Amino acid sequence: MAEPKVKYDRQLRIWGDQGQAALEKSNICLLNCGPTGSETLKNLVLGGIGSITVVDGSKVEVGDLGNNFLVDEASLGEPKAKIVCSFLQELNDAVKAKYIEEYPDKLIETNPSFFSQFTLVVATQLVESSMVKLDKICREANVILIFARSYGLAGFVRISLKEHTVIESKPEHFLDDLRLNNPWPELKRFAEGFELNVHDPVAHKHIPYVVILVKMADEWAKSHGGRLPSTREEKKEFKELLKAGMVAPDEDNYKEAMESSFKVFAPRGISSELQLILNDSSVEVDSSSSDFWVLVAALKDFVANEGGGEAPLEGSIPDMTSSTEQYVNLQNIYQAKAEADFLAIERMARNTLKKIGGDPNSIPRATIKSFCKNARKLKVCRYRPIEDEFNSPNLSELQKYLTDEDHSFAVGIYILLRAVDRFAANYNRFPGQFDSAMDEDIARLKSTSISLLNELGCNSATLADDLINEMCRFGASELHAVAALVGGIASQEVIKLITRQFVPITGTYIFNGIDHKSQLLLL
Amino acid sequence: MADTSAQIQQQQPSRSRDLDKLLLRPGNLVGPRFEPGAELRDDLQEFAKVLVVGAGGLGCELLKDLALSGFRNLDVIDMDRIEVTNLNRQFLFRLEDVGKPKAEVAAKRVMERISGVNIVPHFCRIEDKEIEFYNDFSIIALGLDSIEARSYINTVACSFLEYDSDDNPREETIKPMVDGGTEGFKGHARVIMPGITPCFECTIWLFPPQVKFPLCTLAETPRTAAHCIEYAHLIKWDEVHRGVPFDPDNPENMKWVYDEAVKRAELFGIPGVTYSFTQGVVKNIIPAIASTNAIISAACALETLKIATECSKTLSNYLTYNGSEGLHTKVTEFERDKDCLVCGPGIRIELDPSITLQKFMDLLEEHPKLRLSKASVTHRGKNLYMQAPPVLEEMTRSNLTLSLFNLMGKLPKDIVHVNGMTSKNDQKTSCLRKLRVVFKGIDGVTDMDTAGGA
Ligand SMILES: [Zn+2]
Repeated sequence: MAEPKVKYDRQLRIWGDQGQAALEKSNICLLNCGPTGSETLKNLVLGGIGSITVVDGSKVEVGDLGNNFLVDEASLGEPKAKIVCSFLQELNDAVKAKYIEEYPDKLIETNPSFFSQFTLVVATQLVESSMVKLDKICREANVILIFARSYGLAGFVRISLKEHTVIESKPEHFLDDLRLNNPWPELKRFAEGFELNVHDPVAHKHIPYVVILVKMADEWAKSHGGRLPSTREEKKEFKELLKAGMVAPDEDNYKEAMESSFKVFAPRGISSELQLILNDSSVEVDSSSSDFWVLVAALKDFVANEGGGEAPLEGSIPDMTSSTEQYVNLQNIYQAKAEADFLAIERMARNTLKKIGGDPNSIPRATIKSFCKNARKLKVCRYRPIEDEFNSPNLSELQKYLTDEDHSFAVGIYILLRAVDRFAANYNRFPGQFDSAMDEDIARLKSTSISLLNELGCNSATLADDLINEMCRFGASELHAVAALVGGIASQEVIKLITRQFVPITGTYIFNGIDHKSQLLLL
Repeated sequence: MADTSAQIQQQQPSRSRDLDKLLLRPGNLVGPRFEPGAELRDDLQEFAKVLVVGAGGLGCELLKDLALSGFRNLDVIDMDRIEVTNLNRQFLFRLEDVGKPKAEVAAKRVMERISGVNIVPHFCRIEDKEIEFYNDFSIIALGLDSIEARSYINTVACSFLEYDSDDNPREETIKPMVDGGTEGFKGHARVIMPGITPCFECTIWLFPPQVKFPLCTLAETPRTAAHCIEYAHLIKWDEVHRGVPFDPDNPENMKWVYDEAVKRAELFGIPGVTYSFTQGVVKNIIPAIASTNAIISAACALETLKIATECSKTLSNYLTYNGSEGLHTKVTEFERDKDCLVCGPGIRIELDPSITLQKFMDLLEEHPKLRLSKASVTHRGKNLYMQAPPVLEEMTRSNLTLSLFNLMGKLPKDIVHVNGMTSKNDQKTSCLRKLRVVFKGIDGVTDMDTAGGA
């Protein structure tokens, strides 16, 4: 067997050993292994997911050979779940793979407790009534649920669980935590050790820009009654002062200082997004609270007291022009502050745990460290129960989508994907499933969608005839390329949910394969 | 009548069960030349020929997706062999395949599972093929991770493009391309119709060059682990191993760089040098996962199907996907660069009919827009002068003293392709240019032509 470290090298660079360990511990259930489901699991099995259970009651038919790579001619007539499972096993022998030959709709009806053994359920190609039932079961059992569906050139992905909290959200662009707008005493003292008018040109061009900005901001504040630059003129003036401090045109440190001067002007304190999390009612922790909320409670305490309105310092600094020695010294100043902030949060968290009757050491230090490092980037995602969304979607959003040109196709697909299930419940077939009744089906799908819109409270709304025609043309087909795309998205979301890294989709992602103007709908 | 035949078709089990809905039924949101019917499906199977460039993360997916989207004639080209680090996403490969050519294994695996599909593998560099090899395909699908390779295929595909006298692209010479790329949770898919939508070169600014560390930082003021690694890799290696090039695929070489980087980091008190990070910096490793490759390849395959059949609207023309924070997808309609040297009508050069081929080549070196040296010149597929291989050079050398006008069959104006070296950002790069040669004072060249070129 290949060294897993080498085999998984390209993904370990994204989610690290911890993320990989979470994947390898997880137990995933797939409902329906048509191409959408098969492709979702294929991507997860390659990445080394722990165990999988494939649930499907159908046998491999000739039509499946044309859209599903995981079945082949030799498997015609065999249980699809068995065939797909054995191919998946071939992809990665480290994965525990099993299958159950059973129709998911029936399993949902007859054996709801079956689902509680899983970390996550990927439910593909389910109709509305089964989605609603399964959602209730999984919420009750605290099992993460992802719905994925491919339908002609359209599709959707929707996550459902009560709450998903993320410490390592890993945003691509996030302002570094240099605290130039609010330096603490040790940083100020470090900066004071530098002379900006130093005569040695080599020393001058190696003063780290952090030092330049702290000193210049301090000087400014002294001559402006303790304030930092705030108006456009003042900011411009501050930058001019920086420029005037240069002694040679090639001083990269001064160029960096000018580019970063906005960090001096940035408002102090925490972001409004983090404030919302601190204000959340879950911060009132009790013995049933998750580690995340215990830590947020400690964070709230910190921000209000020791932190003086700020979150704990992240502790890392970006590369900047400097001598090696001064850079390392500066790094140490930031790390010392981050360590002190961490110790304060740790103390508060352990006290909180004691107060709510838990083991004060139940949260590992490494988790608290990571929490402090990422405190400014915390994410809380919550998902409405499917039934609530289906019965009473956010009406103002829905109406906005229906009238907005960018969203009209996506919301049309959303409504029509629900309408085709109603159609199927009434007529025992999907619109356009057979060639014979196309015209009739188009008219019926149109009236079904209009009555659905009426029920939802959008009385005057209609959908484009072209789109209704297309949905009938699609006739519930599962095209391989669409299934691979929708399944790819579903597997990416599974990874984010299981590793608890990055931020999963909130809302319903509507895939529009007609012109790729897909949208995320928050309903 | 139509109803009954349709019913019969429905009852017969068919591999094309799902695809037929799209290809056999009329639609409203389709391309202008969409002609639904069994013939369309059969023609797609029989006549459409797609080249997949790259048999890596994207290429493996593309082959599978295309083979399950009605294409039966596929070629795949890749010069690489399978490595262990491919196995987390390149699903056509197994551990026992490590060391074998990717193109060959990928082709074999897909053909094993999907009967009726024929895939021809090419285990070689893309530059090793004759230009005409690429003209044989209806569509070229790119699954690459390098800008240089994309640029090369783009230039080749654009070289087939011809313009009419009104400077409109001749439709039958358009070689469509679909191109995908991924990095971590992000990716892009695009459709390139040379002459109609921007080519790779028109929007080259989308791929900014990599930032390199200044050598003085590496040598004098290292601050990060990457600085220590690049010092060992770029400076120390040459100092110690004079003349022996560093081989990133040699584990002993890599270990040496790692050990040196660790020493340097310890000397300066810099944390963070690990073996894995050293590999990442030295080889410029781009993180890659199965799901993103699947998404981007599927988008490319879907667009390939649409180009071939017009069964729906086409992507116009650049899709970006970012799944790291929620999910953001965006379609941007980029514009062509009208002065693009690659997909435009070509640089117009007016010449005296008496000019020799040698003199013409000297001119190319001096031309401010070209600065093209070491030129090889072809006209309508005929080699007028070739720098290499030596046999061809010898065969064509005598042309140098002949008149270009005669060599071009005494045509008053025509397209000439020139392959040579030019400098870009102070670096010599090879390039292929299309020139519109016009001979002064020859009948057939009118004022209108001159106006058209302005
Ligand atoms: Zn171009």
